[in-house]
Amino acid sequence: MKKTPLYDEHVALGAKMLDFAGWQMPIRYKTGTNEEHNAVRTSSGLFDVSHMGEITISGPDAAKFLDYACLNTASKLKPGRAQYSMIANDSGGLIDDIFLYQNSENDYLMIANASNIDAVMKHLNELAKDYDVSLIDVSDSWALLALQGPGAAVLLARFVDHDLTKLRRNRKIVTRFNDKVIDLARTGYTGEDGFEILCRPDDVVEIWKTLLEAGAVAAGLAARDSLRLEAGFPLFGHEFNESTNPLCSDYSWVVKDKDFYGREAIWDKPCDKKLVGIVLNERGVCRQGYKIYADDTEIGEVSSGTVSPLTRKSLALAWIDSKYAEEGTEVFISIRDRKLSATITKPPFYG
Amino acid sequence: MSQENLLYSESHEWIKDNGDGTVTIGITDHAQDSLGDIVFVELPDLGDSFEIEDEFGVVESVKAASDLYMPVAGSIVATNSELEDEPEIINEDPYDKGWMIKVKLADAGDLDKLLNLEQYQEVVDAEA
Repeated sequence: MKKTPLYDEHVALGAKMLDFAGWQMPIRYKTGTNEEHNAVRTSSGLFDVSHMGEITISGPDAAKFLDYACLNTASKLKPGRAQYSMIANDSGGLIDDIFLYQNSENDYLMIANASNIDAVMKHLNELAKDYDVSLIDVSDSWALLALQGPGAAVLLARFVDHDLTKLRRNRKIVTRFNDKVIDLARTGYTGEDGFEILCRPDDVVEIWKTLLEAGAVAAGLAARDSLRLEAGFPLFGHEFNESTNPLCSDYSWVVKDKDFYGREAIWDKPCDKKLVGIVLNERGVCRQGYKIYADDTEIGEVSSGTVSPLTRKSLALAWIDSKYAEEGTEVFISIRDRKLSATITKPPFYG
Repeated sequence: MSQENLLYSESHEWIKDNGDGTVTIGITDHAQDSLGDIVFVELPDLGDSFEIEDEFGVVESVKAASDLYMPVAGSIVATNSELEDEPEIINEDPYDKGWMIKVKLADAGDLDKLLNLEQYQEVVDAEA
C-alpha cells in the first residue's frame, strides 16, 4: 500500500483512511464530508491528490505525438496553458481522461488518474515508437495539492510570489510558495475557482500546514467526489470507461476533428445512450449500479450518485437510452425496492 | 446521556429504558462513524408494531445504507421528526438529540437479552 508524503498529517487530523488505487488516502477528516464540501463552496478546501500520476512528454515530435495520442488538440496549447483531454482505445471507449499542460516548446506535462497511470504509460509508450518523443513517468517526483474555493486566491496570494489576479483559468506558471519552487496551475475538479500546486515531495508537508493554518479546510476524497458530481464532472471508472464514447456526452467538445488513435471506433457513431444528469424528486440516495426506468422499460443505470451537502438534492449521473435523454424528462430510479421519480437535469446541479 | 446506563444490540443500536414501559432507541457512535455523514433516515409510523429483529427503518449515508432492526418487540409511540430535515444530528449527537424512535415494550423481558456497555464494546472490538 502506497502513502503520500502527507499520510501522517492526515492521520493526525483524524482522517478515515481508505485504499484508493493502491494508495492509503483520506476519505474524510473529523470535520466530515458535508462540512468539507461546503467549505469548498463557500471559502476554501485543501485536497492531497499526490496519488495522481504525472508524465512528461518531450522531444521534437511532442506536439504531433500528443495530437495523435489524445482527443483534444495539444498543438493548440502554448507554454503555460493547459487543456482537459482524453486518451481513446481502439474499441470506441477511453483509456483515461487527463489534463495536459505545456511547459515550453516540445515539453509537456500530463496528469493522469491514479488508477490508470500504468495503462496510460503502456499505451503511450506503444504509440511513441513512431515519434521522436521521450516519455517519463515522474509521479514519484511530484506531490500535488488542490486548493479550491472562492477564498482560495486571497488565501494563496499571501504566500506566492506572483500576482494571482493575472493567473487565468487553465494557465500554469512556475513560482515560489514562500521559499519553495512550485508549479502553480489555475485548474481544478470542483467547479469553483482554485489552484493545483505541484511541488517536491519534501516540500509538501510544510505547504500543506501553512495553508491549513491560514484557514483552508482539509478535505477528503468523499468531498472531492460530491463536489465534482455536483459540478457535473465525470469520473473515470464511473461516467467514462473503456466502452463509453465521449461524443455521446456533454464533453464531446474535447474530441476534435483530426486524426487520432481510436478515431475510427469513436467518430460518427450513433449514440444509443447519452450521459445525463438526474435529480431525484423524492427523498433517497442514488448509488452506482441502480437501474433506471421509463415507460416500464430499463433504460440505463446510475454511474455516480450522491446527496449534495449544499442543496440537499439527491443527484446522479447516468448513461441512459438517448430517447429519454432530454432535459425535463421524468424517469424512475430503482432504489431499494421502490421506483423513485426523478428528472433529467443538465449539470451543474447548483448555483 | 451516560453510555454506561444504556443497553445495546449487536446491530449497533442503543436502548434507553425510560422506566415507564417504553424505551428510546438510536444508533451508537460507532455506527454513525462507520456510515459517515448521514443524509437520509426513514423511520416507521406511529402505532406500527414490530417483533424483535424486524426491520423498522433505514439510515443512509452517501457511502452506505444501513437497515435498522428492532432490538425489542413493541409499538412505535414517538419518532424524532427533526431527523427528516437534519439527519446529520445523528452524527453530531447520536445518544441524545439523535434519538430515533420511542417504543412501548410488548415484553419487558426483551431487555434482558440486550448487551451492556462492556459487552457491546466487545462486539465493536471483534469487528475491527
